[in-house]
Amino acid sequence: MNSDKITKIVLVSVSFLILLIAGGMVFSLVSGAIPSFKEFGFSFITSKEWNPTEGRENYSALPFIAGTLMTSVTALLIALPLSFATSLFLGEYYRNTKIATILGTMVDLLAGIPSIVYGLWGFYVLRPIMVDLGLGNQGFGVFTAGLILSIMIIPYATSLSNEIIAMVPNDLKEAAYSLGATRLEVTLSVTVPAARSGIFAGYILAFGRALGETMAVTMLIGNSNLIPDNLFSSGNTMASVIANQFGEADGLKLSSLIAIALLLFVITGIINGVGKYIIKKFD
Amino acid sequence: MERVNPISYPDHSKRRILKEKIFLGLVIALSAITVSPIILIISKLVIKGVKQFSFDFIFKTTPNTYEAMTAVASGENIPGGVLNGISGTLLMVAAAALIAIPLGITSGVFLYENQGKRLANLVRNVSDILQGVPSIVLGLISYMWIVKHITHGFSALAGSVSLSIMMVPMIVRSTEETLKMIPNSIKEAALALGVPYYKVIIKVLIPTGFSGMLTGILLAISRVIGETAPLMLTALGSTMVNWDITQPTSALPLLVWEFYNDPNMVDLIWSTSLLLMVIVLIFNLVSKKIAKSRQ
Amino acid sequence: MNKNIAKIEDPILSVRDLTVAYDKNEAVKQVSVDFKKNSVTAIMGPSGCGKSTLLRAFNRMHELYENIHITGQIILNEEDIMKMPPIKVRRNLGMVFQRPNPFPTMSIYDNVIAGYKLNGIRLKKSEKDEIVERSLKDVALWDEVKDTLFKKGTFLSGGQQQRLCIARALAFSPEVILLDEPTSALDPIATSKIEEMLINLKKNYTIIMVTHNMSQAARISDYSLFMYLGELVEYDKTKTMFTNPKEKRTEEYLTGKFS
Ligand SMILES: Nc1ncnc2c1ncn2[C@@H]1O[C@H](COP(=O)(O)OP(=O)(O)OP(=O)(O)O)[C@@H](O)[C@H]1O
Ligand SMILES: [Mg+2]
Repeated sequence: MNSDKITKIVLVSVSFLILLIAGGMVFSLVSGAIPSFKEFGFSFITSKEWNPTEGRENYSALPFIAGTLMTSVTALLIALPLSFATSLFLGEYYRNTKIATILGTMVDLLAGIPSIVYGLWGFYVLRPIMVDLGLGNQGFGVFTAGLILSIMIIPYATSLSNEIIAMVPNDLKEAAYSLGATRLEVTLSVTVPAARSGIFAGYILAFGRALGETMAVTMLIGNSNLIPDNLFSSGNTMASVIANQFGEADGLKLSSLIAIALLLFVITGIINGVGKYIIKKFD
Repeated sequence: MERVNPISYPDHSKRRILKEKIFLGLVIALSAITVSPIILIISKLVIKGVKQFSFDFIFKTTPNTYEAMTAVASGENIPGGVLNGISGTLLMVAAAALIAIPLGITSGVFLYENQGKRLANLVRNVSDILQGVPSIVLGLISYMWIVKHITHGFSALAGSVSLSIMMVPMIVRSTEETLKMIPNSIKEAALALGVPYYKVIIKVLIPTGFSGMLTGILLAISRVIGETAPLMLTALGSTMVNWDITQPTSALPLLVWEFYNDPNMVDLIWSTSLLLMVIVLIFNLVSKKIAKSRQ
Repeated sequence: MNKNIAKIEDPILSVRDLTVAYDKNEAVKQVSVDFKKNSVTAIMGPSGCGKSTLLRAFNRMHELYENIHITGQIILNEEDIMKMPPIKVRRNLGMVFQRPNPFPTMSIYDNVIAGYKLNGIRLKKSEKDEIVERSLKDVALWDEVKDTLFKKGTFLSGGQQQRLCIARALAFSPEVILLDEPTSALDPIATSKIEEMLINLKKNYTIIMVTHNMSQAARISDYSLFMYLGELVEYDKTKTMFTNPKEKRTEEYLTGKFS
C-alpha cells in the first residue's frame, strides 16, 4: 500500500471518530435514560412533580423544561433590542471605524467571560438590585437568571447579524438613497430585510446557547423543583437541575437526570441545526 | 407618460430627519448598554480581587475552611492560595488540548480535502451539532464513560475528555476555514513535484495555515478554561496539587464554585475569578492578535 | 466658459465649477456645464476619467461617504441643489445604476413603488396600481410582467431587472434621470430595448447618461460631453461632436486611439 492511501485512511478514520463520539453520546444518553423512561413513560414529560422522597419517588422533566423555556425566552427578549442596536452600530452606522473596532472587541470579550463569573456578578450585583426593587424570591428567580443569560448570549446574536448587515451590498443601499430615503428608512426597509435570515439565524443560535447555559443560571434561578408560576418565582432549568442534583444522584434519579440531559441534547441539537441550516441557505 | 410633480407629495423632511436622529441616539444608547457589563464585571473583579493577590495566592494550596474562618475572625487575609486550581487547570486543559488538537486538525484536513463529498458533509454537520451541545451534557457523558468505566472514580482525565469534546469542533472549523484560504496553486505545486500526499499536508498545508489554526486553538482553549459545570461532574476537585491524571483534581473555576459555597472562603472568590479572567483574556487577545497579523 | 462648451438656453440643470475629491484626490475638476431639458445627454470618456463621480454629484450621492469633498454649484430649475435637503434633491433626480439592483426582498410591484414606501408616502391601492402600470409601461415591461407582479424582482432576466430599476426611478416622476452605464451588464437585445425606451422617455424627462459605448451615444443622445482626467474637454451637440470634434483628445477617443 502506498503512502497516499495510508494518509487517506488515517484522515477518514480520525474524522470517523467524530461520528463515533456523537453516536456514542446518543447511545449512552439513551441507554442511561431507559430506566427512567420505563418507569415513568410519558409522564416523564407531563407530570408536574420531581419528588426524590424514598418510596414516593416521581421524576418529571416538565418543571425544568418550563424553567428552561422561561429563562431562555426572557433572555432572548432582552437580548433582541440590545443586540439589534449593537449590530447596526457595528455593521451600519459606524462600520470600519475605530470606535466600532473597540465596541466589537468588547462584545467579543463578553463571550469570553466564564459562566461562573457571570454567576458571581449576578449574585453579588444584580440580585441585590432585584431585592431592592422587591422582585423575585430574595432576588433569585427566572427573571434574574434570564437577565444574566441575555448578557451572555448577546455576543452570539450580535456577531452574526453584524457580519451579515455589513455584507449587504452598497449598491442596494445607494438605490434606496437615490429614491430619497433617509438612512433610517434605508436601514429598516432595505438593509435589515436583506440581512434578515442572517439576523434570524443569529438569534436562533443565541437561543440555543441560552438553553444549555448552566452555572450562571444555577446560581441565580433559586433552585426549586417546581414549575415557576411567574417570571419572579424560583425554578430550575434542565441544565441547572443536573448541576444541582447530580452529586447525590444514583439509581432512578441519576437515570432521570440523564434523561433530562438527553432531552436537552435533542432540543439544542434541533435549534442549532435549524440555525445552521438557515445560515447555509443564506450563503 | 405625464409627469406628476413629486413635490406635490409632502416630503416631511424635518420630521424624518428628526426620527433619524432619535433612532441613531437609540442605537448608540443601546449599544452602550450592551457593552457596559464587560466594564462593570472587570472593574468589580479588579476592585474586589486585587487585594488578595500575593505570592502565597499563586504558590500555595487552598486553606481548609477552619483556617479561613480563624483568619477572617481576626481580620487577616485568608492564608493559602489557589495553586491546586492553577495546576489542575493546567493539567486538564493541556490534556484536553493534547486530545483535541490532533483530532481536530486531522478532521479539518479531511473536510478540506473532501469538499462537497457526502461523508465530509456529514462529519461537518455532526461537528457543528457537537459544538452546540451544552457543556453540562458533555460532563455527564464523560462521567458515564470515563469516571464509571475507565478511571473508576472522579479524575482529571474525565475532566479533560469533556473539555476536549468542546474543543474539537472549534478546531475542526478553524482548520478547514484556514486551509480553504490557501491558494490551490501552492498545494498543486508541491504535488506536481511528486511529493507524497502526507508530506504535502505536514510540510505545506499545515505550516502555511499554521497561524490560522493556532488562532482557532487558542480561542478554543480560552473557551474551555472557564468551564465549570462539566468539571463538577468529572474532576470533582481536590485540596492538593495533583498531577496524576487518574485522580480527582481541582481547577480554577471549580475553586470559584467551592469558595462561593463556603461562607468562610468567600473573600477568595474575587481574586480567583480575577485570575481566571486574566488567563482567559490573555488567550483571547493573543488569538485575536495573531488573527489580525495574518491579514 | 470656454469655446468647446455648448451654450444651452434655459437649462434645467446647471453645474458651475464643480470639483469632487476623494480625500485629496480630485476626480472631477472645475467642471461647468448646462443640461438641456427633454434631451438625452451622454457623458463619455476613458475609464477613470470621473464620469460616475460627476453624475453622482448631481443627486448628492457623495454625501453618503465621509471622505468625499465637493465644491461648486449645482442648480436645478434655479434652485441650488446643495442647499436643498438631500431627500428632496434625490426625489427630483432619479438614478439608475450600472448593475441592475432591484430590492431582493420586494416583489416587482413593491420595487416599482419603493420610492413612495421608503419616503413614507401612503397611497390608495388604486393610485399604487396606476403608478405601477404607468411606470412599467414607460419602460416597456408591463406586458412581460403584468401577470407576475407579486413575484420577486430578482427572478427577472438582467435586462428586465434593469428596466424594472428604471421604472422604479420613473415611478417617482423625477425631473432628471441619471443613468450610469445602464446597459454595460446587458446583452445587445436587452440593450437596444432600453435605448429605444430612453428615446421615448425624453418627451417627459431629461436624461443624463454615462456610457462607454460610442455608438450608443451616437444613436440616442442629443448632446455629448467628453471628459478626460477629471476635466470637461468638449461638450456639444452629438452630431457636431462626432463629425467634427474640436479637441484633439476628443478626436483620438472617438476614433479609438485610446479608451
Ligand atoms: N470610492 C472612491 N474612493 C477613492 N477614489 C475613487 C473612488 N471612486 C472613484 N475613485 C477615483 O476617482 C476617479 C474617477 O472615478 P470614476 O468612477 O468617476 O471614473 P469613471 O469615469 O466612472 O470610470 P469607469 O468608466 O471605469 O466607470 C478614478 O481615478 C478613481 O480611481
Ligand atoms: Mg463609472
